Amino acid sequence: MCLGVPGKVLTVDGSVATVDFFGVRRDVRLDIVDEPVEPGDYVMNHVGFAIRRIPPAEVKETLALYEQLLAAISSEDLLAADIRGEIAATREKK
Amino acid sequence: MSALRIAPDAKVMLKHGAGGRAMRELIQQVFIGDAQPPADGGIGLAAMDDGAAIRAGGQWLVMTTDSYVIKPAFFPGGDIGRLAVSGTVNDLSMMGATDVAALTCAVIIEEGFPRADLERIAASISAACAEAGATIVTGDTKVMGRGEIDGIALNTAGVAFTRRVIPDCGLRPGDKLIVTGTIGDHGLAVMARRHSLDLQGDLRSDVAPLNGLIRRAIEAGGEQLIAMKDPTRGGLASTLHEMAHKSNVGIVLEASRVPISASVQAAGELLGIDPMHAANEGKAVIAVRPGAEDRVLAALRSHSYGRHAAVVAVCVAERPGFVILDTGFGRRLLAEPEGELLPRIC
Amino acid sequence: MNDAGRNAMQFRDPARAAQMASLLERLVGEIGREPVSVMHVCGSHEQAIARFGLRAIFPRALEVIMGPGCPVCVTDMPEVDEAVALAEDGIRIATYGDMLRVPGTARSLADAQAAGAKVDVVYSVTQAQQLAAKLDEELVFFASGFETTAVATAAVLLGSPPPNFSILSAHKYIPPVMEIVAEMPHTRVEGFLAAGHAATITGCAIFERFVERHRIPVVVAGFEPLDILAGLAKLLELVRDRRPEVANMYPRCVTREGNRRAQEVLWKVFRPVGGRWRGIAHVPNGNLRLRDEFARFDARRRFKIDVSRLWDYAPPSLAHSCICGDIMAGIASPSSCSLFGKQCEPDNPVGACMVSTEGTCRIWHQYGGQLDLRDKDERA
Repeated sequence: MCLGVPGKVLTVDGSVATVDFFGVRRDVRLDIVDEPVEPGDYVMNHVGFAIRRIPPAEVKETLALYEQLLAAISSEDLLAADIRGEIAATREKK
Repeated sequence: MSALRIAPDAKVMLKHGAGGRAMRELIQQVFIGDAQPPADGGIGLAAMDDGAAIRAGGQWLVMTTDSYVIKPAFFPGGDIGRLAVSGTVNDLSMMGATDVAALTCAVIIEEGFPRADLERIAASISAACAEAGATIVTGDTKVMGRGEIDGIALNTAGVAFTRRVIPDCGLRPGDKLIVTGTIGDHGLAVMARRHSLDLQGDLRSDVAPLNGLIRRAIEAGGEQLIAMKDPTRGGLASTLHEMAHKSNVGIVLEASRVPISASVQAAGELLGIDPMHAANEGKAVIAVRPGAEDRVLAALRSHSYGRHAAVVAVCVAERPGFVILDTGFGRRLLAEPEGELLPRIC
Repeated sequence: MNDAGRNAMQFRDPARAAQMASLLERLVGEIGREPVSVMHVCGSHEQAIARFGLRAIFPRALEVIMGPGCPVCVTDMPEVDEAVALAEDGIRIATYGDMLRVPGTARSLADAQAAGAKVDVVYSVTQAQQLAAKLDEELVFFASGFETTAVATAAVLLGSPPPNFSILSAHKYIPPVMEIVAEMPHTRVEGFLAAGHAATITGCAIFERFVERHRIPVVVAGFEPLDILAGLAKLLELVRDRRPEVANMYPRCVTREGNRRAQEVLWKVFRPVGGRWRGIAHVPNGNLRLRDEFARFDARRRFKIDVSRLWDYAPPSLAHSCICGDIMAGIASPSSCSLFGKQCEPDNPVGACMVSTEGTCRIWHQYGGQLDLRDKDERA
């Protein structure tokens, strides 16, 4: 429902930041983000407003959560996944 | 029950000009009707190709015409003048006619239009003609009252001779499809400017005359180059649908192979627009028989407009008329854009 | 590519996705029933699932239902009528691109625009406010979206917008509609995948009472392919273990308390009121309306909006045959709707699910009536 895109803060001017969205830059308002935002920070943008400062550590935390989940799969499952991956790769070559 | 509903198409809407299914249906129903193809084996209106081909002695006379309205008239990477020349040169080129014999240019101007802007557009027309090796041989100028037309509109027509006409159909399972460069550049650049989206970055229209590039591709591909189409309105998605539909083949498109610039990718993510739905004005989709793709690709890449050319899709017998997108995660049917592209929040 | 770009790609790793798909397969097997039905309540989840072709790798026995997660689609016809009536009275309307083609009882804003009304598409409410500042005429921002988007509208009202600027709010609030879905008779939903960006504002604690009341797990998930697959995996774990809990699988954006500052801004400006969601039901506290302190910016109070004249000429409504409510509740699919693909098409939608690009019926229609190409893959 809410298209959110992360970007990296380049400059901050009062309550407006210029944010790099990995290819285009746009001004984003900081009125509703609940933490101080500085150049170099990552923010989540929705309709031109930063709704969240994304701490880099929590990107790692998210990935760690995924590893925990995946740790539950048995080696046979992983093997099956690899085979599926290979089938996909073969199809790509065709 | 449906009879009570007001006929949805009682009026022409913007979607009827957006290059998708609605436009094809309107043209089919209103203009083509039961028009027959030319008796000499040429290409006429009913083919709904990029232009027409009329037999002229031992070769073909290829003709095309197009009208250009764009807001704003000046946009990053070009303007309406460059667009009007490139669009028509490209339509000729897509038919295999890369040596432009002549162009015409008609201009309709709104009263009050700045003369300096008109001169800029004229200079841009000249520059694009020089690049394409084309000459405007006749033209027309009209001025309309304020509000009767929005700024400026251009029409160009072009003629060219060719020994071999290349259609936009005839694809068979196994054929490979090449795009000549990054996609979505024009559509996103113009949209960002039109809706004052204040996006900074390298969003530039790709508008360019492609006849030089296409000449190299035809020389390299010869008879193995079988079809071409320029993915303008409706973007790559519409063009592939049209090709799949006309040739009654399925097309499998590999998402990871489609060249997209970082800026277009980023703007697309931000605005909720799929670059495959966005217009191009300096790109072509070229179909070749299997085995010919490498030499055509090499020829394209030797030209500055073809540096990012890539083989992106293959024709299959399954699902004729559909485009299957392989996302790298799974496969799904690629949607054809409907109506004008608009930024989304959802 | 910079760091964040690389980070984003980590969440789009097809090899990892294949592993996650295996995990889903295994979890569904362990649950041992078919189908296992879960619902997401976020159109952006569906967009991502479609865009990355994820349905093709979901286990066959896992049914991921699209819930009422599109604020544009659930905007009721009379709300659109208000915007259309204003536009036809000559008032300039600015709105998000998504709203343009949403049909009211008789017409959409796109129809009004084609007939000469002044309608501007904007990316941000800020842009609408700036446009108003440049004009000598009234400008009404037709505001749609869930709480995430409503916060932006609220922020603009708290900053002093120009006097010729006002808001026609069609903003919606998600938590109450989850109650409605959970209480629907015959519902097969065994778990909810909650919307990550709405939860960024509200926090995930907001789902704790819901979980307690309905004994059904809720997992908050993000929007990259791995976010969605991992969110589903977590949800299936909770279903398997019969653990009705709230789990946050999107910690890079969502906290337990949410964005306090945004919540303050939101509730300072808006109050929840009950209202109809198109094709679903009357949702208590489901609509966000301006508080009395902001009456001067409320288009409903600034203008006399006469929608009844639109109704006098309205063509007979097909709405009574529309089964969007059942589709969103997960008890019917578009193929069982008598209007689907006939009277109801993307160009000419009847119900909520055909309206937005992310609507269930719209997606079914665009992708040939079926999204996943699993069978084909297996034969290939």
